[in-house]
Parts: sequence; C-alpha cells; structure tokens
Amino acid sequence: MQRALSLRFLSVVTVLAFCVSLSLVFFYAPIEAEEGFVQKIFYLHVPLAIVSLCGFVLGGIFAIAHLRTRESKWDLRSYVAIHMSLIFGVVTLVTGSIWAHASWGHWWVWSEPTLVSFLIVMLLYATYQPMRFAIEDPERQARYASVFAVVAGASVPMNFLAVRLSTSYLHPRVLGSSSNLPPSMRFTFLVSLISMALLFATLSLYELAAKRARISLKAKSRILGYR
Amino acid sequence: MIRTLLKKELLVERRTLESVPGMSLFAVSTFVVFHFALNRTALEGDLAAGVLWVTLLFAAMLGVNRLFVADAEQGGFDGFLLAPVDRTALLIAKALTLAAYLGVLEIVAVPAFALLLGAPLGHGLAGLVAVLVLADLGIAAVGTLVSALAVHTRARDLFGPLLSLPLLVPIVIGAARASSPLLSAGGHPGGAGGPDVRWLLLLGLYDLVFGLIAYAVFDFLLED
Repeated sequence: MQRALSLRFLSVVTVLAFCVSLSLVFFYAPIEAEEGFVQKIFYLHVPLAIVSLCGFVLGGIFAIAHLRTRESKWDLRSYVAIHMSLIFGVVTLVTGSIWAHASWGHWWVWSEPTLVSFLIVMLLYATYQPMRFAIEDPERQARYASVFAVVAGASVPMNFLAVRLSTSYLHPRVLGSSSNLPPSMRFTFLVSLISMALLFATLSLYELAAKRARISLKAKSRILGYR
Repeated sequence: MIRTLLKKELLVERRTLESVPGMSLFAVSTFVVFHFALNRTALEGDLAAGVLWVTLLFAAMLGVNRLFVADAEQGGFDGFLLAPVDRTALLIAKALTLAAYLGVLEIVAVPAFALLLGAPLGHGLAGLVAVLVLADLGIAAVGTLVSALAVHTRARDLFGPLLSLPLLVPIVIGAARASSPLLSAGGHPGGAGGPDVRWLLLLGLYDLVFGLIAYAVFDFLLED
C-alpha cells in the first residue's frame, strides 16, 4: 500500500517536472544562433543518453549486489534497469540521428565519437535479453545475466575511450559539451536532465511492481494447482 | 595446476584437431573471399589492416565458440568442480589455450595474408608481432569469458560472436590503427617505423581491465 502511494506520488512529480522542463525548453531557452530551432532536441537527446548510460552502470552495480548477496531482488532490479536503459537508448539513437541530419545533413556521422560509442554499447546490451532467456535454469539465468551486466558495464568506459581516441585527431569536438553553454541554456538542460531521470525512475518502479505482481501471482497459482 | 590443465587442453586439441586447423583454414579462405569481394590483388595501409583484423577476429570466433563445448557436453565441468582446486586456474588455463590457438592461427594467417594479398611486410614485422601479442591477450581474456557465458545457452554458436564482437571493438580499433602504418609500402607516414605507442597503450589497458574483470567474475560462471 505504502509502495503504491509513493509510486503515485512519483508519477505526479514526474509529470509536473516534464511540464516545467518542456515549457522551459520551448519558451525560456534561447534559439541557438547557428542551428536554430532544431537545436532544442539537445534538451531531449543528451539527458536521454546520460540517463540511459547511468542506467546501464546502475544495472551493473545491482548485478554486483546480486552476485554478492544471491538475493533475486537485486537481479530483478538489474534486469529492469538494463531493460529501461535499452528503451531510452533506442530513443537516444533516434533523436541523435535526427539531430545529426538537421545539423550536418547526414543521418549518421562516424566523426561524432559519442554517438558511435553509444551505438556499440547498444549493440552489446541488445544481446542481454536474448542471452538471458536462452538459459533455462532460472538460478543460472540470474547469475549469468549478472555476470554479463558486470562485464558490459565495465566495457562502457573502455568503448568510449577507444572510440574517442580513434577520432579525436581528426575532428575537434563541436557539440554535446555542456560546459560552455550560456546560463539560460544550462539551467534548461539541468531541469530536463532531472525530469528525464525522474521518468526513468518512475517507469523502472512501475516495471518492478509489475514484475513483482507477476511473480507472486505465479507463486499463488502454483499453490492452488493451476499451471 | 594451471600447467596440468593447459597440458590437458593442448593434448585434447592435438588429438581431436577440432579448433586450430579449422580456424587457420577459415582465415585463408576469408583472404580469398576478400580478394574477390574487393577485387584487389594487393592491399596496403588501412584496407590491409582492416582485412587482416576482421579475418583474425572472425577466425578467433570459431575458437571461442568451441572452447568450452567439450567440457559442457562430456562432463569436463563436473570433473573440474569435483577436484579441490582454485577455479581461477581453469580461467587462466583456458585463456592461455585460446591465446595459443590464436598464436598458431596467426603463424599461418599472417604469412598467408602477405602471400595472397601482397601486403608489404618486413620492415614492420617486429611491431606487428607486438600488436598481435597484445591483441591476442585481450581476445583470449574476453573470449574465455564469453565462451563460458554462452556455452550454457540454447543457441551457443550465436551468442559467442554476438557478445564478443561489441566487446572487442576497442581491440579492433587499437590493433587495426596500430598495424595500418606497418602494412603500408611507404612505412610510417609520421616518420619513424614501429606502431604508434598510443594504440599499444590502449591494447595494454584493455588487456589489463578485461583480465581483471574475467578474474573477478569467472568463479560465478562455474558453480552448480
């Protein structure tokens, strides 16, 4: 009961945060001089990417907790974090592609190291679910999925380093760094980031609740003798 | 202990010849395929490095897929788990086995590459050997881990490459960039011969990181 109440509260907060951040994006943040209106996708794309990467790392941390404690709740959390990050990651790739087309004229650019590393990370995590469900024994499934989550989580910084090294000599960084933003843009960006993180948390908690309900339903129907 | 396990692995491979001849033959066939697909008689620079590393990587996948199959199917895991030994010994022995396979593969594939696709070798051979050794160590660490992960899945031949290719992208970047100037006729464009230290450092860092990760998580793949 407590859990359902706090989930409802969190949902309301998330909706409000998105109302605030979207109004800031459209009415407060200035139109960027060179790229124009399209640059506003930045407030969606970059928070999505950051939240998604943090979710992958979080999945790895939960997986370490699962390997240490052997409690299935940590495996469930790790699964949900990675699953949600995958969804956010797909949207990141799509928005990044739109942005690249608008500002450089191509749907895909190999010279933008962050986008390329992100694709590699996504390709790796895309195998998480198929691999997990190709293992039959549930205990082993949880254990192997956790090992995968730890290894993949560690490969994220390695990938970013290698891809960055392979392009940095040719192309200086143009976009994506928030350090030299004017204050109004930075403020909007931070609010967008917070609302995106809230969205991630809310959706993850909903999925967790659904999974818990399904697990307890299965356990109950097993007790009653239904298949 | 590691020596015993390694000896067993190499003895099994010598008697069955399941992995290394297949990998080598695959590499040579792939060079022929590349010759026709690219319609070139000789390669150099970036293109040569790319063809060489894609071929070596895909040939390595064959070895990765087979690394634990005999253990899973014929009770090797059970036998090992019954023995009162450190489980890390199996990781190290398997990784060394895979590294040895890769070494033999490269002894066949690199001369075949030079012969078939006419890539100029010679002045950069020592540098290329250094790149090969560093890359092999990384592929061996990740390959062993992935192989142990994939061996208990239903479609194990699928998950080996699917998991290891994205994981090995940094190795491909480092190795291909490092060997590209070694495979061009004019030598290093920046002056002195030998691979760029930056890429060797990247490969070394990768080996270190994934060696430690494999060491940390491998135990969890074995308990049953």
